[in-house]
Amino acid sequence: MQRIVMQPIIESKNVSISYGQNEVLKDISFKIVKGDFIGIAGPNGAGKTTLIKAILGLIPVSIGSIDILGNKIGRFNNWSKIGYLPQKSSTINALFPATVDEIVVLGLLSQKKLPKRITKNDQIKVANILNDLGISNLKNKMLSELSGGQQQKVLLARALISNPEILIFDEPSTALDPNSRESFFKLVQKLNKENGISIILITHDTGYIGSYANKLMYLDHELKYFGEISGFCLSDKDNHSFERSGQHIIWHQHN
Amino acid sequence: MDILNFLQYSFIQKAFFAGSFVAIVCSVLGLFLVLRKMSLIGDGLSHVSFGAIALGLFFGIYPFYIAVPVVMIASILILKISEKAKVYGDSAIGIISAVGIAGGVILASVSSGFNVDLFSYLFGSILAISNTEVILSIVLSLVVLAVIYLFYWDLFSATFDEEYAKTTGIRTNFINMILTLLTAITVVLSVKMVGIMLVSALLILPAATALQFAKGFKMAMAIGSIVSLISVLLGITLSFFLDLPTGAIIVMINALFFALAFFYKKLS
Repeated sequence: MQRIVMQPIIESKNVSISYGQNEVLKDISFKIVKGDFIGIAGPNGAGKTTLIKAILGLIPVSIGSIDILGNKIGRFNNWSKIGYLPQKSSTINALFPATVDEIVVLGLLSQKKLPKRITKNDQIKVANILNDLGISNLKNKMLSELSGGQQQKVLLARALISNPEILIFDEPSTALDPNSRESFFKLVQKLNKENGISIILITHDTGYIGSYANKLMYLDHELKYFGEISGFCLSDKDNHSFERSGQHIIWHQHN
Repeated sequence: MDILNFLQYSFIQKAFFAGSFVAIVCSVLGLFLVLRKMSLIGDGLSHVSFGAIALGLFFGIYPFYIAVPVVMIASILILKISEKAKVYGDSAIGIISAVGIAGGVILASVSSGFNVDLFSYLFGSILAISNTEVILSIVLSLVVLAVIYLFYWDLFSATFDEEYAKTTGIRTNFINMILTLLTAITVVLSVKMVGIMLVSALLILPAATALQFAKGFKMAMAIGSIVSLISVLLGITLSFFLDLPTGAIIVMINALFFALAFFYKKLS
């Protein structure tokens, strides 16, 4: 029987990233294929955020290369295919007088050429995505007046409005209460399973990785583990070095 | 003298006309600067305009013609120093601002005869605005507004979250450069109206007032523009009838609007 080899949507080849003399990531290689739900875990300062910023083209790669959807990162320009949800706490300026629809529509700018104008069709897309996420009632509200969970859904709507193939999250659940966290991860899983969107997600809620992701990337400056969650459970050689977060993932996988 | 006679003076008409355009430009641009915590760049660039105007007077060239390019170059220098050197943005503003003032003082001391002209720019003199300055103010204001219109969504996105804006393909370094150059032009335009010492107030106060009320970005722009426009028109009128310095009156009315907005919000 012929084996189908899936083309990677993201491929990292021997990537190293340094800030001055400080090497944050060393020789990172992996392939992410369509439909993957990758949970990225690792201790603080392990280089998790640096890696996703490199994938997003926000940080230059010192050595090696990253390909996205078949293009070298430096030449990639189809940014509407990638949705990004940054750490909420770093994004919301309490003074900023933006309404929800003004923020969500920013996700469409990658598809536009100068002079960028918001059309009626764009407004319909905003209304539709807010409706899909169950937050239509927030359309004209000020972002700064919403709860942490509502703000997170608005930023998710911004990431989803361009119909991305890949969604990248940087600690999306930091500002959420336990109930909101559970429903947020369920929503992300639904986007992955039903809409076929590939997910890359950094979280310190490592238990959720075991419950929702299909693959784990464990970083500690180097790539300690990348593969199926079940493989991580069975792998003994590095388990002793994965500290509490690793044990937490395994614990959830077995429960 | 009644208000109708007052409006018949051509210098009042010119001041109203040029002042209205500059007021709107300042409030619109100021909103982006305030939200990006860049509002003091207006202060720094106004100090550079002091040196640039002194340079113009020294060489006998119309000061505006020198000030616009010199202040634009200074604005790029501020951006580059904060990007390339190990210096924060506020320090870069401080460096360029000090050089501007120092240059102006040196030129004033080595020349004789233009000190009076130079000091008129310190506190503004919109009632003495020339036809050339009116035309320049209107043309440059329209240029600034047109560029803001062209890049509105890129400016908005980069102001809300610069990192996210980059992930949507927006060249944020280019947008920052545009914002800084527009600020340079606007500062030079405002110098004639309120003077070097008070330019930053014209950029900051209408935006700060609007932020007390606004329920959306475009609403903030509209409120800021209305506040700025009323302050300028009322300021010119009051300064004429009360024989008070126009620039200072405009700034005080702006400050009054801010105080009223602040207390209204606190009480409600």
